[in-house]
Amino acid sequence: MPLNHQPNIPNQDTFYAELIRGQQDLSDEQADMMIAKLALILANHVGDREVLTEAIELARANTLAAAAA
Amino acid sequence: MQKTYTYPEFAYVQSAEQKSGEIKRHPVVIIGAGPIGLTQALDLAYRGVPCVVLDDNNTVSIGSRAVCYAKRPLEIWDRLGLGEEFAAQGVQWQVGKVFFHDELAYSFDLLPESQHKMPAMINYQQYHLEERLVKACDASPLVDLRWKHKVLAVEQTDDCAVLTVETPDGLFKLEASWVIAADGANSDTRRMIGADFTGQFFQDRFLIADVVMKAEFPTERWFWFDPPFHRNQSVLLHKQSDNVWRIDFQLGWNSDPTEEKKPENVIPRIQAMLGPKAEFELEWVSVYQFACRRIDQFRHGRVIFTGDAAHQVSPFGARGANTGVQDCDNLSWKLKAVLYGDAPLALLDTYHEERAFAADDNIGHSTRATDFITPKSRASLRLRNAVLELARTEPFARPLVNSGRLSTPTPYIHSSLNTPDSEAFQGKMLPGTNCADAPIQKGGKSAWLLNQLGRGFVLLSFGPASSVQVGGVQAEVLEVGRDIIDSEGLLAERYDAQPGTVYLIRPDQHVAARWRQFNADAVRAALARALAVQ
Repeated sequence: MPLNHQPNIPNQDTFYAELIRGQQDLSDEQADMMIAKLALILANHVGDREVLTEAIELARANTLAAAAA
Repeated sequence: MQKTYTYPEFAYVQSAEQKSGEIKRHPVVIIGAGPIGLTQALDLAYRGVPCVVLDDNNTVSIGSRAVCYAKRPLEIWDRLGLGEEFAAQGVQWQVGKVFFHDELAYSFDLLPESQHKMPAMINYQQYHLEERLVKACDASPLVDLRWKHKVLAVEQTDDCAVLTVETPDGLFKLEASWVIAADGANSDTRRMIGADFTGQFFQDRFLIADVVMKAEFPTERWFWFDPPFHRNQSVLLHKQSDNVWRIDFQLGWNSDPTEEKKPENVIPRIQAMLGPKAEFELEWVSVYQFACRRIDQFRHGRVIFTGDAAHQVSPFGARGANTGVQDCDNLSWKLKAVLYGDAPLALLDTYHEERAFAADDNIGHSTRATDFITPKSRASLRLRNAVLELARTEPFARPLVNSGRLSTPTPYIHSSLNTPDSEAFQGKMLPGTNCADAPIQKGGKSAWLLNQLGRGFVLLSFGPASSVQVGGVQAEVLEVGRDIIDSEGLLAERYDAQPGTVYLIRPDQHVAARWRQFNADAVRAALARALAVQ
C-alpha cells in the first residue's frame, strides 16, 4: 500500500487542535521531544517499510523545497 | 602499569636464508602476527600449506584491545583445536543491559540456541588469545614464525611478490607466491601497495580503562547512555578474565586525549561509576578514535588483505577480530586450491566477493550503532533520546536502542559459488550460510557435527550417496545413520532433512548446495561451481 497523500483524518480540525493541545505548557525543547516521540510511535504503528521510506522522503523534500522557496 | 599480565618476549632468530644470502621462494608469507595473521597461519597449516609469518615486534598485543569473541570465530578456532580452551578460559556471557540515566531502558539476551558446542560470546583479553595462538604456531611444523622481521618493501612480478625485510642482522629479500597482509588497520603493506582505504572517521573519542577489582556486577554487558556518573556521554562495562574489567568512556570530540589519560583524571571517573567504596586498581588506560573503512580490493595481484588491514569498524558490536577470523576461514581453503592447481585464480576473487560483502554488512551495523551512540546533530540527539525515553515503558521502542549489534556471521547469500536451491527447503541453512552445529554420536560417543566438517568438501547425506571428484578435489560422504548418528534429531531438524537429503559443504563449513536426492552429476556441477571451475 503506497503512502496515502489524500485526506484521511476524520474531524481534521479537532485532530489538529488536539495535536496543539498535546504540546501545551511544554517548553520548546519538550515540544520538539514530544513530536519526535509521536513520529516514532506512529512509524511503529504504520510498520510498512516502504510507506515509511516514502513518508521520510516526503517530509524531507517538502522541507527543502519550502526552504528554497 | 599492568599487574595481571607479563608480556612474553619472543626470541629473534636469524633465518637460514638471510644467513646464506640465498633468495628463497615460499608458497605463502603472512605479514603481521596479530590474532588474524596467527589464525591465518594455523588455518593454512591445518590444510597442509606451509607458511612464513613475519612480525616487526617480538611480543603480543599491548594493552586492552579486542575483548569479545563470538560463536563463529570460536567454531573456527575449535576446528584448529583451540576452541574448547578459549571457551573455558574466557568469560562467557549472554545478557546485555542498556541503561538511560540510571534506569534500565532495554536488555537483550543473545539466547543462544542450546546444543551447540561453542557459547554465544566470550570475553578474553587479546594478549591471552595471541599468546595461545603463538604457542600453537610454534608447535606446528608448517608455521615458520619470525619475530623482529619488518617488511620495508613489496614488489610484484607475474608469479610472486618480492619482500625486502629488515631484521637485527640487516636487510634481506624473500619471495612469496602469495602474501597475506594481516598488519592491522594502519597496514604498511596497504600503503606500499597503494590500495585505497576509504570510509568514515567518527568525530568522537573513547577512553579505555582496564581495572582489576572484585566486583559484584553480574557477568553481563552493561551499557549506559548519559549516566549520572558520566553526563551526556556513554559508558560500556565488560568483564574479562583474571578479574580485569574493561570500561569504555565516551569522551566527546573536544576532549584532550593526553589530559584524559592521566590517572588523576581517570580514577575519579571510575570512582563516580563504582561508588566511593569500590576497591580497584588501574591496569591500563588509552584513548582511541574510530573509523569505518574498507579497502577497495581484498586482493592486489599477489598480495591479499585480511582482518583490519582490509576493513576497520567501530568497536561496538565486537566486529573487528571476529570478522577477521572469518576472513581467514574463507581464504585458506581457496588459497590452497589455487596453490595446488585445483582451482583457477577466479576462486581467489570470490574471497573479495564474499568477504567484502561481509565487511560492508559489518560496516553498516557498526556505522548505525555509532550514529546512535554518537548523534551528529542536536536533532539526531533528540531522536535518540526520544527512543531511550520511550523504551522505558514502550516495548516497540526497545529494539530501536542500538548500543552495538553483536557480531554474527554474514551469510554469503549472493555468492557466485552457491548453487541455488531447485527444491523446497525450510529453515536457515540456505546456500552460502555457515553450518549450524548439532549434537551427534560417532563411534558410540557424543560428538558435534562441526567437528566432522572442515577438512575438505563434505557431502552430508541423509541417505545413500557416493563421493564426487572435480580435478584433485574430492567431496567425501558423511552419511547420517552410518558415519554419524543424529542422536537427538536436531541435525535433521536444523538442516530440514528428509530421507535422501544431501548437503554439499565447503571446507569453511558453509553450505554450497543441497538437494532432496543424491545425483552425482548435480553434485559434480555444484562442486565445480564452488571451486569457480568453469
